Order: sequence, then C-alpha cells, then structure tokens
Amino acid sequence: MSERAVDPREFRGYRRADGRVGVRNYVAVVPVSVTASAVAKAVASRAGTGVRALPHQMPLSPNEAARTQVETVLEGVGANPNVAGALYVALGTEDIASEELADAVAATGRPVETLAIREAGGTEAAVDRGVDLAEDLREVASEARRETADTSELVVAMECGGSDATSGLAANPVVGDACDRIVEAGGTGVISETPEFIGAEHILAERCVDDEVREKLLARVERRERMADLMGVDFRGAQPSPGNQAGGLTTIEEKSLGAIAKGGTTPLRDVITYGNHLPVGGGFVVMDSPGYDVESVSGKVAGGAQIVVFTTGRGSTTGNPIAPVVKVTGNPKTYERMHENMDVDASRVLEGESVRTVGGTLSDRIHDVADGTLTAAERHGMAEFAINDLPANEVATLGDPT
Amino acid sequence: MKGETIDDAAIRMAPEDNVVTALEDLPAGRAFDVDGGTVTLAEPVEFGHKFALASLDPGDTVRKYGEVVGTATEPIAAGEWVHTHNVVSTRGQPGDEGGEADSDENGDAERRDT
Repeated sequence: MSERAVDPREFRGYRRADGRVGVRNYVAVVPVSVTASAVAKAVASRAGTGVRALPHQMPLSPNEAARTQVETVLEGVGANPNVAGALYVALGTEDIASEELADAVAATGRPVETLAIREAGGTEAAVDRGVDLAEDLREVASEARRETADTSELVVAMECGGSDATSGLAANPVVGDACDRIVEAGGTGVISETPEFIGAEHILAERCVDDEVREKLLARVERRERMADLMGVDFRGAQPSPGNQAGGLTTIEEKSLGAIAKGGTTPLRDVITYGNHLPVGGGFVVMDSPGYDVESVSGKVAGGAQIVVFTTGRGSTTGNPIAPVVKVTGNPKTYERMHENMDVDASRVLEGESVRTVGGTLSDRIHDVADGTLTAAERHGMAEFAINDLPANEVATLGDPT
Repeated sequence: MKGETIDDAAIRMAPEDNVVTALEDLPAGRAFDVDGGTVTLAEPVEFGHKFALASLDPGDTVRKYGEVVGTATEPIAAGEWVHTHNVVSTRGQPGDEGGEADSDENGDAERRDT
C-alpha cells in the first residue's frame, strides 16, 4: 500500500496547556482590523522563522453580527493548537478590543501580547515593538517539544477548490476514505462550504445522528440558499461555475454529490457555526461556511483544525498561515503540470487503483505532515487567509447566524 | 463511492447510473461494451464530460453516483454527450422563466421532488 509503515494510531505533536496538540509551533501575529494588516505582515516578515502573520480585510467597525463572527475567528486562530503564542495588533480605534481577544486566548494557557499602533507612536515604531514582542513569544515557543499524541487528537479539515469532474470521481472519495480513517481512529473530520451541499443535503441528512442535528443542517443549507437570493445570486444558476462546467460538471447537484464525498461515510455528529470550536474526538462534523475556499479554510482553522486536506481538479495552490494544507488532485494532467503544488495524486483511482488504497496513501501523508513533513503549500510559502463577512442587509433579513 | 472503469476510458460511479464520465478525450465512433450491449459515441466527448449509456426522453432523470443529478430537456440517444445543452438541474437553472427578480418564487415553482 504505502512505501513506509506509518502507525495510524499516533503522531508526534506539540501538547499545549489546554491539552490540545499542535502539528506546527508558530507565533501568530493577528491584526484586529485591515488597518493593522500591513504592520502584522511587516512584523512577521522581520521576525522571520516561526512567526506567521494572518492579514485580513475586516474594517474598524464591522456591523454587530459580523463583529461576533470576526471576533470568533480572530480568537480562534490565536488559540489554534498549532499556535504557541499570539500577538494581536490593532490600530487602536477598532470596535473589537484586542485585550478581550488576548484574555480569551490567555485563558487557554498561551502567552499573548497586544500592540496598538497609535500608542506605539506610528507604523515604524509599532513594527519595531511588534518584532520585539514576537521574538519574546518565539522564545517561549522554542521550549515546546514534539511528543507522542494519539490520532484521536487530530482535527482534520476537508476542503475543495477549483473542482472539475475528477474531484467527485477520484479526489473527494479518496479524501472521504481518509476522513473515515481519522474518525475510526477517534479523531474529528470536518467538511464545510454549505452552498455545496445544495442538491445533496438529503444524503447528509440521512447520516445525521439525530433529528436535532438534521434540523440544524437543513436550516443551514436553506439559509445559504436564501442568502444567495438576497444578494441577487441564484446559486442554482451560478453553480456549477463556468470553470466547473468547462470541466464537465453539469448541475449543482452533480457538483454537490461529488463535494460531499470528502466527508466519507460515518455518521454526521454535529453542525458547527462558522469559525466556532470544533470538537476534539468529535467524529464527522460539518461547519457552516461560505463556498469561498479561503474563507472556508480560515473558519475551520479558527475552529481548531490542525491540518487541512484540500482537493483540486483544476489546480488551486492556496495554503494557510498556521495550518499545513495537503493538496490532492484527481486530475492526471493537473498532477503532471502542477506537480510542485500537489501532495497526493488521486488520479490513480481513474486508472483502476482502489479508493481504499489511495486513501491509505493520503492517510499516511496526513500522519507524516502531522509529524512535521512540510506540504507543497508550505514549501512554497502559500499562506492565504480571509474572514467571511456578513453584509448588514443579510443579517437584517436572515437574522444572526450564531 | 467506488466507480467502475470501462475500457480504461470511462468511469461509471454506480450500477444504476445512466451516464458515465470520459477519462480521456474520446473521439466520435468509439465503442464501449456496456451491460452486454455496445454504446457507440455519436460525437466527441471531452475528458471529464459525460455520455449516455441508454436513451433518455425529455423529463427523464439523469443518474450519476446512483443519485439524480438532473433532468433531460430533449431526447438523448445512447452514446450522446450529456451536458448543460440537454440537461437541467432539478433545483432550478439559469434562464428559468420568472427571472432573477423573483428568484424565490421561481425556485420553488421549478423545484421538483426527486
């Protein structure tokens, strides 16, 4: 099956004070608003190794419901198991208080610092001060050592972007097999991108453990459909996208049926709202997220996912600042053409190899990555991050999503 | 989900599927042995695209993954390319009567239970 034996029951990671286990050991530099994103990037760039910026575009004063969602994500990434310590950078006039984010993350036992650009005396002074703080945090981080951890402590996020017909035929079923293995080992597997459940929600609904979870799931799918209508987008017309259609996908239900294959076959245990805590040892769960892959990945990483497995038929290259992203393609041409950006070749399934065999290869790769092996996205410095926004009119019409 | 490859050139995802997906760019005239019969491509079918294994009438359901993925809008013969030109979603489709201004009502009107 695989070239080398990997014990599927364990990996070596960084155990944090809150008990969760990281697969990377980063200092996260998190801007509180767009006005601090450039400083966060400069701090991480100058501080260098092990210091990662998470720049984003959220404004100083998001509307109230969006604010809750932004706070959830900003707090979540600071407390992700891959993060040893966090630095929150603000301009100083944001509605979101850095101190509250810092307090929440400090409650998980991590060292946390805050920095206000106005108080520091402007951009240059803030970057200087930020580098000092990041270096102090890195010193604490450097004391962490990898130790043996159980696979049941892994929270693995499944994602797809740039889908074509091979995503549903090969890559997603392979990821679904790996998801089943994580869940069978006692861990957590999570899929999101709610708009891509449309047309396949009946299958996920059948897998829900009880009526409460089923009702939550169906309400979330319906909400995303109404949200699209509200924004003047008809999902049923906009999906599959022109790129998807060129790749052979005809209808949204065809795309969705292929997309949900990433979630494997085990019971669906819960539906989590965007960016919120994902359970450890939680089995298969769903996070309600938009279809935009970078925002969807960011939500799951904020929820505590340590590793992302990302299928792409057409060849997406994106990563994440604090979580390794494992790229899986089912398209042999994409694997050949973009070999340096891909981690696992699932197109072998189209040549007759079993989904189970290639799923085993992927599962081994997930364990290697958990142990510290760099992914293609990490080797190339791919570190995309974006927070899902909630326009005020959506919130007014549809109500608070939380 | 386990597919079954046909002549290493197409894949059928479930036994009840009436369409299969091309695994390479297939020329018109290519013949496949399926279910004890022969399906001959009436036109070229690109990698990733689908062709019919059996003839479909307008309104017939198109099955892939063992599930309904759409409805035929015109007669489709076995061996013909199956895509947006002859299949619509069961969940509504761009250009539905009623337009975007009234997409809610339109969506409901066009939705079919399958």
